[in-house]
Amino acid sequence: MRRERVPIVVLIPAAIGAAFFIVPLVGLIVRSPWHDAVAALTAPETVEALKLSLVASLSATAVGLILGVPLAWVYARAEFPGRDLLRALTTLPMVLPPVVGGIALLLAFGRRGLLGSWLDSTFGITLPFTTAGVVMAETFVAMPFLILTVEAGLRSMDRRYEEAARALGASRWRVFTRVTLPLIAPSLFAGAVLCWARALGEFGATITFAGNFPGVTQTMPLAVYLVLETNQEASFILSLVLLLISLVVLVGLRHRWLGSA
Amino acid sequence: MSLEASVRLTQGPLDLDMELAIGEDEVVALLGPNGAGKTTLLRAVAGLVPFNSGHVSLDGHVLEDAATGRYVPTERRPIGFVFQDYLLFPHLNVLDNVAFGLRSRGMSRGAATEKAVQWLDRVGLKSYAGAKPAELSGGQRQRVALARALAPDPRLLLLDEPLAALDVTTRADVRRDLKRHLASFQGIRLVVTHDPLEAVALADRLIVMEKGHLVQTGTPAEVTERPRSQYVADLVGVNLLRGEADHGSVRIPGGPVVATAGAESGEVFAMIHPRAVALHHTRPEGSPRNVWRGRASNIELMGNRVRVRIDAEVPLVAEVTPSAVKELDLVEGGEVWLSFKATDVGVYPA
Repeated sequence: MRRERVPIVVLIPAAIGAAFFIVPLVGLIVRSPWHDAVAALTAPETVEALKLSLVASLSATAVGLILGVPLAWVYARAEFPGRDLLRALTTLPMVLPPVVGGIALLLAFGRRGLLGSWLDSTFGITLPFTTAGVVMAETFVAMPFLILTVEAGLRSMDRRYEEAARALGASRWRVFTRVTLPLIAPSLFAGAVLCWARALGEFGATITFAGNFPGVTQTMPLAVYLVLETNQEASFILSLVLLLISLVVLVGLRHRWLGSA
Repeated sequence: MSLEASVRLTQGPLDLDMELAIGEDEVVALLGPNGAGKTTLLRAVAGLVPFNSGHVSLDGHVLEDAATGRYVPTERRPIGFVFQDYLLFPHLNVLDNVAFGLRSRGMSRGAATEKAVQWLDRVGLKSYAGAKPAELSGGQRQRVALARALAPDPRLLLLDEPLAALDVTTRADVRRDLKRHLASFQGIRLVVTHDPLEAVALADRLIVMEKGHLVQTGTPAEVTERPRSQYVADLVGVNLLRGEADHGSVRIPGGPVVATAGAESGEVFAMIHPRAVALHHTRPEGSPRNVWRGRASNIELMGNRVRVRIDAEVPLVAEVTPSAVKELDLVEGGEVWLSFKATDVGVYPA
């Protein structure tokens, strides 16, 4: 089969676009102090930050799935006044500066916050400046990606399969778990990956709501930022680690992420 | 033991108002053109479409009644539904598709698998148990869909255009198998189709509907011998006129008076078989009481016959031999005389 030739008017901006992403990454690789790499990577702070990053971002994805899929279902299937406004509100974190999100979280769940003071006085639960706070901040910023992706998947699926399942005697729960979820699996998967990727890179909301305590709330992005102020070259290595993890996951999942299409 | 339904609903341009009463000693086909509301009616019986007024009851149990608000959800109705493009679950293999209804109704995995395998064997697809629907041919999918619908032993079997998704070559085979399965099914059977051949082949009784309303019901022979709508007349290929009879003549509103042999009066249908319509170059002399002048608007070869549509006072189709067309020097748009005998006009009350 002959390959289609890319027209020059497409090729030039496309090449510039690609270079725009690649050149900074090359810079990172070229300028990294490779002789210090082992030391920087095995430093206890790095290992801790990396572990925390993975735990928190995976937890945020899990929370996103548990809460976000039902919410996406409501958006896609239920008709009620104010639905569009509600959807806009729950996807606001996608456009909001993450720092603003962090401040909002503080005002809601901080010790003196709307819910936070009640949680503190009734249950003795404090969320800000804890690992749970990191998960909350990451979920707040990342879950909208999952909601929107899953909602799109629900809207584009052929609902007649659900009717076929009902006609076969399947309860609504069975229809949802055995037919709806498997049929939107590509969207579910893409949404979860997007959510996880966004959570892994989260910085602003996390540092505002959860602070920057090594071992408790200091995730990789925070560690990179901190190290940048004291030891610039070590921060390059940490950045590269974050980059590699993301790249491995994205490349590894690419064909599934793009759906079965 | 029967299905009784009365459904009235409005959905977009469709204004549906139908009553059904079906016993288990007959296979019934709902026949009508696209957009007649056949599928909507079927879905309403299944509980998939809400209706404004009416009721559905099966074997005396009320499944739905708009007046009392009673509604048994689809999943709790004892139905089997074969959908138009089968809707086999693409993520499940053939066996799991057939077992789905059994598992949904609470059967254990082992028992469901065993019964599903039996059903696959009955439709001749046992060796395809592990295949995904996408790997099957159209005819095989149809058989899986049928096995899936029948496996949970429904009381009511609903089939929506069960052969429409198939190509012509496989359709005849699958239709024969389907007829066999319909015959052996113990329960009420309702098939929706827009294909008269399919309806006649599968059903003991036809319910013809158009624009959401009943047009005609009866055995295939009754319906084809005495069409009561232009739709059925076109399907059967006969000329159908409607008018006011007055002892030996039928006056067509805005058209001619047709001479007939009967003594009917009142609103009637007048059916004229195209073979009974003769064509002439000039005004014919002789016994035929009905002689009209018109223009040939469409000449079509059908097998060894030629169907000529003539725009006279009312349009009429004549069926003649190719040699007659040649002798008459018939061309589209050419003037022609037609005649038919009063005794060739079938008249029956509208």
